[in-house]
Amino acid sequence: MLNESKEEQPGLVYDGLAKPFSRRKFFGIMGAGAALMVTAAACKKSNPGNPGKGGVDLGTGDIGVLNYAYALEQLEAAFYIKVVASPFKNMSDMEKSYLADIRDHEIAHREFFKAALSTKAIQSLQVDFSSIDFSDRTSVLGTAKAFEDLGVSAYNGAGKLITNPDYLTLAGKIVSVEARHAAWIRDMIMVNSFADSTAVDMNGLDMQRSPNQVLSIAGVYLKTKVDASNLPTD
Amino acid sequence: MNLQNILSEIEQTDPAVYDRLDTRRNTMKSFAKTSGKIALAALPLALGSMFQKAYASPTAPTDIIIDTLNFALTLEYLESNFYIRAVAAGIAPSGDAMSALTIIRDHENEHVIFLKSAISAAGGTPVSFTASSFDFTAKGTFPNVFSDWGTMLAVAQTFEDTGVRAYKGQAPNLISNNDYLTAALQIHSVEARHAAHIREMRKAANLLVPAGVDVKPWITLNQSGIATSAVQASYNGEENVTQAGVTITNIGGQKISASAASEAFDEPLTKDQIVAIVTPFFA
Repeated sequence: MLNESKEEQPGLVYDGLAKPFSRRKFFGIMGAGAALMVTAAACKKSNPGNPGKGGVDLGTGDIGVLNYAYALEQLEAAFYIKVVASPFKNMSDMEKSYLADIRDHEIAHREFFKAALSTKAIQSLQVDFSSIDFSDRTSVLGTAKAFEDLGVSAYNGAGKLITNPDYLTLAGKIVSVEARHAAWIRDMIMVNSFADSTAVDMNGLDMQRSPNQVLSIAGVYLKTKVDASNLPTD
Repeated sequence: MNLQNILSEIEQTDPAVYDRLDTRRNTMKSFAKTSGKIALAALPLALGSMFQKAYASPTAPTDIIIDTLNFALTLEYLESNFYIRAVAAGIAPSGDAMSALTIIRDHENEHVIFLKSAISAAGGTPVSFTASSFDFTAKGTFPNVFSDWGTMLAVAQTFEDTGVRAYKGQAPNLISNNDYLTAALQIHSVEARHAAHIREMRKAANLLVPAGVDVKPWITLNQSGIATSAVQASYNGEENVTQAGVTITNIGGQKISASAASEAFDEPLTKDQIVAIVTPFFA
């Protein structure tokens, strides 16, 4: 289970759900803070530009970010469950085996977030895969590549939104597995495309995306709308 | 009194003030979190104490960030020099295999250049290594590293999987700076892509030893697929199936094997663990 702080301070930007900043000297230095800053910080948080108002609210702070990851893992798991249950034409033995592995990894991620978030977890999301032809290798692997690259960029972009170092490490444990998936699927589509210029930039850096960018792409495959407007933005 | 304005003023003369105080965001959050208990009159005292500690501390966040980036740069130099020699050795099968080595070499070189510039930008001095800094036989453990294709790939796999674990372990040290944390994560996932591909290459070339051991793009339990215990430290701990106190095997009534549970999460290593692993590769 993720740790929850004993402190409840309603209305604060810091939502009180994450563990204290064990690695932060600053927290220890400041025995107290200014009520003034609560207002300032709260104002900074407002972000009316976020899409998805009226959908499932991911929540605030670290819990919101973890729910964001949970939403993406739900989408990925649902996709691979269907891929394995209705294999595309001429799926090779290796593809069958590895796609089943990936399905299991994504189910494990999904169930982990569900268990860890416990009562803070968002509901199960309804997916819409009507644009995917599950009998066609190109359609399935193309979608898989898009999902894996998207997942990598989502975790890379969400790292900075997390305040608890333990949660950051957990996200790190998952994102490298998503990157391994992405590399293999890309190689199945085209050999040596595991880290080509559509994934990695001139500095040798992988992609990173904000929750808004990710959800505008993932939203195509989600019947249930997701509201990211309360997530931290920096 | 507006703290934001005070901090902004200080930032005019000391751009690193937010680093010294942790980051802007966390500074604000820390204030918010502890609010409600202080009288406004006491605020200047609290601020004075805060700044005194921030500027006096020998391990201010900026130093931690520079140390962490230099550690990453050290590993990137190791990988970069390895692949430069691996490509130059000319023993990789021409075509896809040689292309893959070249792609990875170029990324590692880019990481070196990027980190050097990031460290300089942060006010630090980048560490520096040359070809003669390294001993890729690891003091004789891999005498044929540049003459035997299987050995070369085994060392490459170990470097990539170790690199992934190193970045993962260091990420919390960068949590106070959004830009450096994000960049490190962006390198981390590229190393994971490399690792997956090298593992595919080893399997495709049927270079797995001992017999019967499989290697997939993801790490199964603590299996390296490499027949020397010299690399085992890079895989120990990967068999973990408990995350944040949650057992992943068969989680939620799903059929998730221990193998799949271990594959689904890569594990970090500490700086000390990484240093112990890579030290034999330094001359």
